[in-house]
Amino acid sequence: MIAIIDYGVGNLFSLRHSLAAIGAEAVVTGDAGEIQRAEKLILPGVGAFGDAAEKLRAAGLDETVKTEAKSGKYILGICLGMQLLLDRSFEFGEHPGLGLIHGDVVDMSPILPEGYKVPHIGWNALHLRQKEHPLFRHIQEGDCVYFVHSFYGANCGDAVLATAEYGPELTAAVGMENVMGCQFHPEKSGPVGLRILQAFCEM
Amino acid sequence: MITKRIIPCLDVKDGRVVKGVNFLGLADVSNPVKLAEYYSRSGADELVFYDITASAEGRALFTDILRQTASTVFIPLTVGGGINTVDDFDRVLKCGADKVSVNSGAIKNPQLIHDAAQRYGSQCVVLSVDAKRLDGGFRVFARGGRDDTGLDAIEWIKRGVALGAGEIVLNSIDTDGVKGGFDLEMLDAVCQAVSVPVIASGGAGCAEDFVTLFKTLPKVDAGLAAGIFHYGELTIPDLKDTLAENGILVRRENHA
Repeated sequence: MIAIIDYGVGNLFSLRHSLAAIGAEAVVTGDAGEIQRAEKLILPGVGAFGDAAEKLRAAGLDETVKTEAKSGKYILGICLGMQLLLDRSFEFGEHPGLGLIHGDVVDMSPILPEGYKVPHIGWNALHLRQKEHPLFRHIQEGDCVYFVHSFYGANCGDAVLATAEYGPELTAAVGMENVMGCQFHPEKSGPVGLRILQAFCEM
Repeated sequence: MITKRIIPCLDVKDGRVVKGVNFLGLADVSNPVKLAEYYSRSGADELVFYDITASAEGRALFTDILRQTASTVFIPLTVGGGINTVDDFDRVLKCGADKVSVNSGAIKNPQLIHDAAQRYGSQCVVLSVDAKRLDGGFRVFARGGRDDTGLDAIEWIKRGVALGAGEIVLNSIDTDGVKGGFDLEMLDAVCQAVSVPVIASGGAGCAEDFVTLFKTLPKVDAGLAAGIFHYGELTIPDLKDTLAENGILVRRENHA
């Protein structure tokens, strides 16, 4: 059973149905007990970092996620959910993240060449830094996935699993042992996205 | 690099796709769910559903169709038609839409763009504009191109972006249905005016029209079309092959 963590942020319709489409059993829940009982966790999220981090904290789920991560449970953060896994964000001020993967969430606009639009929106090719990572078991270098974001994970060091070129190479996926995150939306990335979710479910 | 998006558009009335006849290789061409699955398999990068129903019954059928589609098609879905309030946004987003396109509703009440962007983020709000040449400028028309609003298209689009629209669909009434190519002049004027993604609509007659669009106006992010895809005159894999041969980046599935 996979728990999709519901802390009042974002639309979980597609995520829930994409897991159903690959035959994975999933429950959308904000209940700490249910999250503890689940085999794997998915941390979704859209919107602003500070607001989402606060909601996760207010629901008391930040500590739950950290504890489960430390116990070795597989966790996948998606989009803002990936950003929450990092140390901190500089979106509208400075906000602490969960600190499960090292890195900062920063505005991409200062590093983009002229003419590049923000947000980075659309289908972009993945460049796999860690080709052998189990998350990429069913996909290939150059497969396209769907992105929508204005901030990105910087200073992630060797936790970077994949990047996407948008002028510079932007962090597309991160991972440290059992904790992983995708900046893109696998639930909106067609068959490639489903194969990434499938690989996560198989871990 | 980010790829150029190819977006088929489906007009849905009372739960059925209109203009959906003569489709090759698909038995029930007017079933929106089946057509959406077909397009997704063919490599469409996104789908647009326009609800052209007027009745409450038709609207309920539409959300049902949307829910079914979003349960089986995992690419971005944009929904438009009859969006007049933030509650309308809420209704379609809950059924699996990712973006909502506003047109006449935003002309009547521009604040709708702002309110929806505040609540759901700019990436969720698409401003769709029907425009045509008039008195040496580009004029916005409402109600499916029937009513002259008196608004200058470029000024209206700038205002929409300032209010929070995250994407523009520009439909040129002058080229729509003519199949003589996209309205490059009008699109260029819009691309010069705003820095959000611009989706070209109206006028696609063949694959070369898309090549010309993206070659001439590299700032255009996507091409939207309806009839040319529905009638099977052009398939999305063939279109993407032609674009790739011409050096334009498109998403193609590697079949593992």
